[in-house]
Order: sequence, then C-alpha cells, then structure tokens
Amino acid sequence: MAITPEDILHTARLANLALTAEETERFSRDLEGIMAYVDLLKQVDITDVLPATCLSQGRNVFREDRVVPSLAGDKIRRNAPDWYRGMFRVPRVIG
Amino acid sequence: MIMDLCRENLAGMRDLLKDGEVSAVDLCRAHLNRIAERKSLNAFITIDGERAIDAARTADKRKQAGEETGLLAGLPLAVKDNICIDGQPTTCASKILDKFIPPYTATAVFNLLNAGAVIVGKTNLDEFGMGSSDEHSHFGPVKNPHDLSRTPGGSSGGSAAAVADFQVTAALGSDTGGSVRQPASFCGIVGLKPTYGAVSRYGLTAFASSFDQIGVLTRSVTDCEMVFRVICGRDEHDATSVRSIYPDDYSGDLKSAGRMRIGIPTEYFGEGLAPEVGAIVEKTIEELARDGRAIRKISLPHTKYAVAAYYIIANAEASANLARFDGVRYGTRVDSGQLSALYRESRSQGFGVEVKRRILLGTYVLSAGYRDEYYDRAQRVRTKIIGDFEDVFSSVDLLVCPTTPTTAFKLGEKLDDPLAMYLSDIYTVPASLAGLPALSVPCGTANGLPVGLQIIGPRFAESRLFSLATEIERLAGHRRTGV
Repeated sequence: MAITPEDILHTARLANLALTAEETERFSRDLEGIMAYVDLLKQVDITDVLPATCLSQGRNVFREDRVVPSLAGDKIRRNAPDWYRGMFRVPRVIG
Repeated sequence: MIMDLCRENLAGMRDLLKDGEVSAVDLCRAHLNRIAERKSLNAFITIDGERAIDAARTADKRKQAGEETGLLAGLPLAVKDNICIDGQPTTCASKILDKFIPPYTATAVFNLLNAGAVIVGKTNLDEFGMGSSDEHSHFGPVKNPHDLSRTPGGSSGGSAAAVADFQVTAALGSDTGGSVRQPASFCGIVGLKPTYGAVSRYGLTAFASSFDQIGVLTRSVTDCEMVFRVICGRDEHDATSVRSIYPDDYSGDLKSAGRMRIGIPTEYFGEGLAPEVGAIVEKTIEELARDGRAIRKISLPHTKYAVAAYYIIANAEASANLARFDGVRYGTRVDSGQLSALYRESRSQGFGVEVKRRILLGTYVLSAGYRDEYYDRAQRVRTKIIGDFEDVFSSVDLLVCPTTPTTAFKLGEKLDDPLAMYLSDIYTVPASLAGLPALSVPCGTANGLPVGLQIIGPRFAESRLFSLATEIERLAGHRRTGV
C-alpha cells in the first residue's frame, strides 16, 4: 500500500515528532517498503488464533505492600533540565 | 604479561587471584590499559577508571582480611550503556539522554557488584538497542576486532567487540530480537539471551517490553554460565521475573548431553543463508552426530513470518516506551515557548534517524484503522510461532541452527536499507518472539570471519544450552582463531 508524506506527517504528529521535508520523504519511502514486506503476514490463517499477550507465567504477581524509600530527591533534581521549588518547570499551559 | 592477563577467562583469573599471583588492582589496570590502547574500536562510551580501581582495591582488601568474597570477586566486567548504574552516566547511545545520571542501579548490575565484580565501563550500542550493526550510535560506530572495516553486529556491539578484543572478559548486553546473539556470532564469542523472565530488567531502558532480556557475552561457555548464575532470579522490581529455577550444578545436564535429542529446523537452512556459513554449521552438526548425538530434522513452519511479526510488535511497544523521553524530567530539552513544541523539538533533536523510523512504524501500526490489520494480526502470528516451538519441543530437547545468515557485514553496507538490516535478524527473532533461551557459540570461521551456531531450548533450559555449547566449544576448538 502507498504511504504518502501526509500519512507520515499525521503519524509524526501522533508520535510528537517534527520532521524535516527530507525526513518526511525518506520515511514515507522506508515505511512503504517495510509495510509491503509485512503484508506477508496476510498469508497466515489466524482463524480462531488468540493474540499472544503474556510470555511469562500467565498469572498475576503481587508484591508485599510495604513502605520503602523513594528515589533520592537530589538525584532527581540533578537530572532536571529546569527545576523550581521541588517541581519540574515547563512553559505555561493555561492562560 | 599484561596482554596475557587479559587473555585469561574468568575462571583463570579467579585462580590467579586466589593463588595471590596477581591482585584485583593488577587485573583492573591491565584491562584499563588494553581499553586505552584499543580506543579506536570505539567499544566503550564511558570508562570510569578511578571508580574501577577503587572497587578492585576493595576486593583486594576483603580478600586480605579473609572475608568471604563473591563468585566474581575482583573480576573486571563491562555493562552495556542502556543498563543503569547509580551515579554513572547512562546514555543509551542517544543524544536525548545526554548528561543523564541514573538515580539507581539495575538489579542485574547490583547482583554483579554483590558478587564482587569490578565494572570498568559502559559499552557502546545502537541507540536504545535499535539496530543490528552498532552504526546507529550517537557516539559513532563500533568496529569488529576481526576486521576493522566490518561491523561487530548490534545492538550489543560494544560489549561483543570489547570481550572479543580482550578489553574485558565478560560484559552484559541486552537482547530484544538478537542483540546479544548476533554480535556474539559476528565477533566469535559466546552470547546468551536467557529465558524471558529469567533475569530482572529493572534498570534496563525499555525498548520492547515483551521481548527485552539482559544477556551475557563472554569468551567461554563456563564464563557465560558463571555470570548468568549471578544475575538470574526473581526481583520484585520486575513483575515478569521469576524465582530462579537454575540448578546449583549444571554438570548433571553436562553428563546427559550425550542423550540429548537435537532438532535441526529445516527453515533455517534455506534461501538467504550464505553457503560458507551453512557449510561450517552443517559440519559441526555432522560432528555432533558422529559423537553419537541423536539428530533429527524438524520443521518450524511459521519461521518466514517471524521478522514481519517482530518488527510490528517490537516497534509498537517501542513507540509507547519511548514516549517517556520528552525533555521534561531529564535528558535533552529544547526550550520552546509552548509545552507541545518543547516535547516535539526535544524528541526530534534528541532521537537519531533509526529511532525515529521505528517510533513512526510503531505509531503507524497502532493508529486508528491499522491496529487490527497489523498489530493484532502480528500478535496472532506470534501465537503460531510459539506453537511451532511447543510442538517440536515435545520430540527434541534442543534446536541447533546458524545464529546469522552471513558473517559480519561491512560498515555502511546496510545502513541505507532498513529492511535488509532487519532481515539480518531472521534466525534470532523467532526465539525472541517465543521468549525462549538461546545461545550463540563460535563453531569456526568462514573466509577468516567467525561463524556462530545458535542453540535454542525450551523455557528455563539454560543449563541444557550450556552443556551442549560446552560440547560444541570443544569440537570447534581446533577451528577457532583469536583476534
């Protein structure tokens, strides 16, 4: 199936990515090739086959409900691009 | 002397330390020197010599004081740079994690440190583990120590190159679709992807959560077993991890190796397999048969759909996992007047081209109108692939096949053709889709380049893998060539 630059731009918006014109052109070509290849899956008869959802033991695992120390605040702050009074600061969203 | 020290395996180094012939500091210095000499391979992203020497000194002191020391006491190891260590930079080879210092240590690394290991540095990789050649790194490509014009494989290419080049004796990697096994094969070393759930992923940066496993790269099967023994087991920080059922002693399986029924999947020997690779793998299988192993051809009929299913599911998961990198709490932030633009610009400038391609692919197959057609269908095909393995493991104990269709390819050869790059994972992704343990062990060379043989087992059959790998290591011994 054809994947147009418009499809790529729509997908990029969903993924929070801004693409250059060159990237848009390149990715539409790449994805078209990849999606043409994965069409191979249409050959498989999947009638009455359930999707694989869990590879491990297939039952829920509960941890003990107890209080443990949180990550150290100074280590979180050290990584923050903009830190203000114990908060991550970002551009104003409302009014 | 220094080079000789670096050529020892973990077991040999442990003996040297025990006999007091060398100290942990000597070992650590020898490896740091080797790493500095061989910087041009670009196997490491960060090296923390001072911290490593301190850890080695502590190991020496504990030994002198007669304290009980762990299985890896004083032994130098490296860790792939997508696994966190408290206080040491972790980049995932991405610009978006520039200057990120993890606030905690991954459980697998914690277990290594607990066993006395000395971590010398963090190894290079394809950005976030996305790649099969180590060319998709913000810090530049890694070179294969066997031929500097070739890739070491990926995404754990830095770990594989460092181990093969004697810069370190063992390294942790991570394997989502073959990222430990393929580079191990290309670099002529041993690489294990454990069973899904065998090793905690706490502290491993998530790529595709239903596949990711931390694995081990070493130059010998014994060493691989030793490191796996240390890192496996249940961890309350990773709900998929399970209580270790790994045996205390795998020699029982070693003795029964002779009775193991070995299946040869015919689909792994067809079109696309380089004849010189097929020849050496088949020769090894013939030698196993001559040694009295029961060998039988089997079929995994859905193999040809594995790469397509894998790239849909893994990238769908990746697009969700990588949504967390938004420039708000850590990593690269591109300042902008608006929050939405801050997200978009930070991500667009922070991620490399392959990561963007995969995020787009994953987002596309999950988007409205396509989810059922692609993602859901791929998950159902995954069920068929799991069923293929379940069927054959009722009649054989292990499967043996090539790890990769070719030997190490040239740097740049597949860089502009993502589909060709993805198809180089054709023999490693099926076990990943099924969550099975798989190990690559060198079985010889073709045109001077290493060839790996892959052993796949049922869930939690790691000890069985090690015992057959030991046998293959012995058989292939006379064909091995070092760097």
